[in-house]
Amino acid sequence: MQFLDFEKPIADLYDQLEKLKENGAKSGVDVTATVKEYEQKISTTRQELYDHLTSYQKVLLSRHPDRPYTLAYIEKMCTNFVELHGDRNVKDDKAMVGGFAELDGETVMFIGQQKGINTKMRQIRNFGMANPEGYRKALRLMKLAEKFNKPIVTLIDTPGAYPGLEAEERGQGEAIARNIFEMVKLRVPVICVIIGEGASGGALGIGIGDRILMLENSWYTVISPENCSTILWRSWNFKEKAAEELKLTSDHMSRFGLVDGVIKEPLGGAHVNPDEMAVILKQKIKETLAELKKIDADTRIEQRIDKFSNMGFFEER
Amino acid sequence: MSSWFKRIKQGIQTSTSEKKEAPDGLWHKCPNCKKTSTVRDLKEHYYVCDKCNYHNRINSAEYFEILFDNNEFEELFSNIYPKDFLGFKDLKPYGARLIDAQKKSGLKDAMRVGAGKVEGNDLVVACMDFAFIGGSMGSVVGEKIARSIDHCIAHKMPLMIISKSGGARMMESAFSLMQMAKTSAKLTQLADAKLPYISLMTDPTTGGVTASFAMLGDLNIAEPKALIGFAGPRVIKETIKKDLPEGFQSAEFLLEHGFLDLIIDRKEMKTRLATLLELFKK
Ligand SMILES: [Zn+2]
Repeated sequence: MQFLDFEKPIADLYDQLEKLKENGAKSGVDVTATVKEYEQKISTTRQELYDHLTSYQKVLLSRHPDRPYTLAYIEKMCTNFVELHGDRNVKDDKAMVGGFAELDGETVMFIGQQKGINTKMRQIRNFGMANPEGYRKALRLMKLAEKFNKPIVTLIDTPGAYPGLEAEERGQGEAIARNIFEMVKLRVPVICVIIGEGASGGALGIGIGDRILMLENSWYTVISPENCSTILWRSWNFKEKAAEELKLTSDHMSRFGLVDGVIKEPLGGAHVNPDEMAVILKQKIKETLAELKKIDADTRIEQRIDKFSNMGFFEER
Repeated sequence: MSSWFKRIKQGIQTSTSEKKEAPDGLWHKCPNCKKTSTVRDLKEHYYVCDKCNYHNRINSAEYFEILFDNNEFEELFSNIYPKDFLGFKDLKPYGARLIDAQKKSGLKDAMRVGAGKVEGNDLVVACMDFAFIGGSMGSVVGEKIARSIDHCIAHKMPLMIISKSGGARMMESAFSLMQMAKTSAKLTQLADAKLPYISLMTDPTTGGVTASFAMLGDLNIAEPKALIGFAGPRVIKETIKKDLPEGFQSAEFLLEHGFLDLIIDRKEMKTRLATLLELFKK
C-alpha cells in the first residue's frame, strides 16, 4: 500500500501493526487482541483524518497512484467488454478508451480517459491527456451507441486535454467544442462520472450528460490548483490556497448544483478497496440509468439544455 | 513608451465616450512596424495600420461602430452585472477586481450585445471586450450569449459572436467552465431554428472560448494574424520544450489546417459580412 504524505499517521500505525505481528510470530505470544486494537485504531484514525480532508488533500487523493482508472472500473463492473479503437481519421489515442460492455445483461457504451498504471503505461497513456483524435474517437463511439440505442457512460479522469503542437494543428479546441455540442443532442441516456481528476475543457469534452456525478474524492473545475496558483499567485506555492478558493471538491460542486450527485467512496478512498468502489459505482449507474429511461428522448435533451443553461451567477439591476 | 503614446493606447482600449472627447492630433505608434499615425487616421482605417495591416485590438464599441449601419443599434441585456458568488480571493478579492475593471474600462463585464442592421441586414452581435479582465469568460458572458440566442430565435435573426478572450475566468471556477457547456447547449437551439451563426475570432481567442462557441460557427471567420488556439503558446512551449514554428496558432495557420472558413480584413468586414448574410437569405 502506498501512502500520501498526509496519511503518515495511518502509515505509522500500519508499520507498528506489522512489527507487532512479526514479534508475535517470533515469540509465540498471542497478539490477536492487540492486533484487533491496532486495526480499530487505524480505522478510527482514518475516519478522523478523512472527515477533515482539505481540498488539496482531496486533489492528492484523486491522483493517488493506486486509484482505480477507467478500464479497471469497466472490468470490475461489466462482462464482455470489447474495447473499440480509433477515430477513423488520424490514429488511436491511448489516453481515451471506450467500447461496448454488458452491465448486468444490458449493453452500455463506456468511454473515458485512461491513465497508465506504471511508468511505461503512463507514457503510452499520455498521463490521461487526450489529443483531438481522442475526443473524436469518443464522439464516434457515442454516435455508434446512439445509432443502436445504447446508453452511454463516460468516466472522467484527466489533468487536462494535451497542450501539444500536433494537438493544436489538429484542432484541440474544435474537437472539444464539437463534443460538447454533439453530446447535448444525443438521443440516448448519458451519465458522466468524474472518477478522479476533472480538469477543465479536457474533462468537459466528454462531460455533457443527463446526470453528472462525482466520486467523493474527485475534483472538477476550470483549472488545476497548481496552474491556478502559478497564474493568479505567480508562484507554484499557493496550490493549497488555490484549491480552497476554487471550491473544486465534490461537496462544493454538488452544493452549487453543478453536478447532480456525489458517490461515497470506501473509507480511505477508492484505492483502499477498488472492488467495493466498483460495486457502489455500478449500483449508482444502474439506478440512474433506470431513472433516465423513464424519460423520453426529447424531454431528456430539453432537460439537459435547461440544466446547463441555468448554470451561472450574475446580478440583474 | 512615452506618455502620449500610452494615452492613445489607453484611448483605444477604454470606452468610446472617453475617446470621443479626446482631441484630434494625438498619435498612435503601430506595435508591429512602429509607424506613427494620428488617432483620427487610425480610426478611419478601422484601427488597422495602413502600412503593415496590423489589426490593433479594439473593443465592442469600435466593432459596433464598424459593423452597424450609422452606428445604430439597440444594446441588449445591459442590465446584467457580474457577481462574486464564490468570494474568490487570490492576490486581490474578485469583487474588488470587478470594481477596478469596471472603473478602468467603463464596461460591466467582458461582453456587450447589440442588435442592428449591417447594410440593411438584421444581425445580433455579441462582442467580447478584452479590456475587461482579458476578455475572460465568466457567467455574464455565458448568460449574454444564452439570451442573445433566445433573442435571435424569437426575432428570427442571425447571430454573430466576436471572440477576443484569454479563456475562462478562473475566479469563477467551475461556473466559468460550465459556460462552455451552457453556450454550446444554447447553440444547438439556434442550429435547430436554422438561423446562421457566424463566429468571428479576433486576437486573441484562446482556452475555453476556443473550445466552445468560437469554434462552433456555421462560418468560422478570423481577422488576419489573430492568435487562435486552445492552449496558450507559452504552455505548449513548456510542454514540448521546443520553440514554436513561425506563425503557429495564427489565423492563417488555422485556415491552412482546416479550422476556418475564411480570413477577412477588418476594413472589408462589414461588406463581406453583408454579402454572407444575404447569401443565407437568397
Ligand atoms: Zn504597422
